[in-house]
Amino acid sequence: MSAMFGVFRREFASYFATPVAYVFIVIFLLLSGALTFYMGDFYERGQADLQPFFQFQPWLYLFLVPAVAMRLWAEERKSGTIELLLTLPVTMTQAVLGKFLAAWAFVAIALALTFPIWLTANYLGQPDNGAILAGYLGSLLMAGAFLAIGSCLSATTRSQIVAFILTVTTCFLFLLAGFPLVLNFFRSFLPQALVDGIASLSFLAHFAAIAKGVLDLRDLLFFALVIGFWLYAGALLLDLKKAD
Amino acid sequence: MIETDNLTRLYGDIVAVAGISFRVEPGQVLGFLGPNGAGKSTTMKMLAGFLAPSAGSAKVCGHDVETEPLAAKRTLGYLPEGAPSYGEMSVREFLQFIVRMRRIDPEQRRRRLHEVIGRLQLERVLEQPIDTLSKGFKRRVGLAQAIVHDPKVLILDEPTDGLDPNQKHEVRGLINAMARERTIVISTHLLEEVHAVCNRVVIIAHGRLLADATPAELEARSRYHGAVSFSAVSSLAAREALERLPVVESVEVDPLDGRITVFPRQGRQILGDVQALLAAQGIRITEIQLERGRLDEVFRRITTGPAAEAAA
Ligand SMILES: Nc1ncnc2c1ncn2[C@@H]1O[C@H](COP(=O)(O)OP(=O)(O)OP(=O)(O)O)[C@@H](O)[C@H]1O
Ligand SMILES: [Mg+2]
Repeated sequence: MSAMFGVFRREFASYFATPVAYVFIVIFLLLSGALTFYMGDFYERGQADLQPFFQFQPWLYLFLVPAVAMRLWAEERKSGTIELLLTLPVTMTQAVLGKFLAAWAFVAIALALTFPIWLTANYLGQPDNGAILAGYLGSLLMAGAFLAIGSCLSATTRSQIVAFILTVTTCFLFLLAGFPLVLNFFRSFLPQALVDGIASLSFLAHFAAIAKGVLDLRDLLFFALVIGFWLYAGALLLDLKKAD
Repeated sequence: MIETDNLTRLYGDIVAVAGISFRVEPGQVLGFLGPNGAGKSTTMKMLAGFLAPSAGSAKVCGHDVETEPLAAKRTLGYLPEGAPSYGEMSVREFLQFIVRMRRIDPEQRRRRLHEVIGRLQLERVLEQPIDTLSKGFKRRVGLAQAIVHDPKVLILDEPTDGLDPNQKHEVRGLINAMARERTIVISTHLLEEVHAVCNRVVIIAHGRLLADATPAELEARSRYHGAVSFSAVSSLAAREALERLPVVESVEVDPLDGRITVFPRQGRQILGDVQALLAAQGIRITEIQLERGRLDEVFRRITTGPAAEAAA
């Protein structure tokens, strides 16, 4: 446990060792604000809730979260520190989890810093704060799912750019899994049962309900499973491909 | 203690380590020698628990590196090839990270950190990001990281590569000081290092173990072992007379500086005879030396000889 915390602590601090963290947070906040207020018709809708804020988040995450995740393992490979880290008394599970949680905590901080939007809603009207909290929770879970995908794909390469592109592409597919664009493609060669399976993997479908403030255990479980699956796959890949 | 049994590692089709077995006891400093690509680093990566062996096994202090990896890693300090470390961290932050990961008692942490920082003379760069350090300082940080928890087993991949002569001396002193109750394996391309710190040498080439001996035993295999070399004012006369001595096998003159080397017949001592002859002939010598044998020559012969060819 303390080994995992050691990994977590180092990784988390490393985000703030360079200006990257601050740049990321500023961009995230600016884009969140801009999308919410200009494109989301926050004021004009005349409703006090954070729907306009949450509805753009999957798309914001699509590019920003892979940027956080890309360095997780690719950097360790490139600099050779993976050899140092994995010869310390730490298990692969502890290393993978520690790093993932550090990235997640970082994204959580960026997300928490959007609180002025929430304050604005409360100033303008009487929103359902329970629903907003649920929205934030769902948003954090979705970010975690993106990060887990990024962690796994970052483990496959020593190039952060390659990790970024792979992660954006994969996340994009997961986001759109429920859309005709993707489903029609799969329908051309897969049986309907599998196509339905793919449709049920759509991040957007699962997030939409949470963003409206409806906390369904199945949606939470879905994201938890996605995170678990990709982290596990990442650990396996690392174990198999340590040499290259 | 380190024990390997038929340790083997493949990278795809490449056989990097082809069945190496050896045993290192506490108190021994094993020098791991071999040409580039011989499989030294690969072997060390397996001992340190980074790479899984493709076949065979390795044990560190009785813990199998595959079935009890954590126990093995706890007893071990490891300097990977190239001394990688987290560049954005300062030396102090990095060492504190290692100390936490190694679970050293909080009371001891300060003392241990103080000790390694002093020993590797890192005081001056403590607050500097590792990325901005010179190569030698990076290597020293890597060494500090490997010994900070006072491990029973030390595996150092080219520990003095890139260090200045003073630091090489320091680090060798450090290894000697640690050697008493510990098991140490170092890989190196510097043969003088073998003399300075190792009491045992293993030579590998093409992933196979070709020699396992003490430095003195290896030197004894040299053509130069027991030879006498000297510089004389006029060397021509001397050469003729020396060649006629019954204990002498042959005489060679260095074409560059005219230094004469006299090789003994198998197992003979010739220093006395050579000196007597030179005195009798009235040949003035400026300096004379009994050779112990040359490791570089033995190394070359072993790693390019028939055994190495067979391994390749
Ligand atoms: N990740 C890898 N993938 C494929 N082949 C590798 C890999 N690492 C090493 N090798 C190969 O394995 C062999 C042994 O390499 P190793 O690094 O163990 O040699 P070495 O004895 O440490 O050499 P050097 O003295 O140059 O450090 C070499 O042929 C090398 O090309
Ligand atoms: Mg090497």
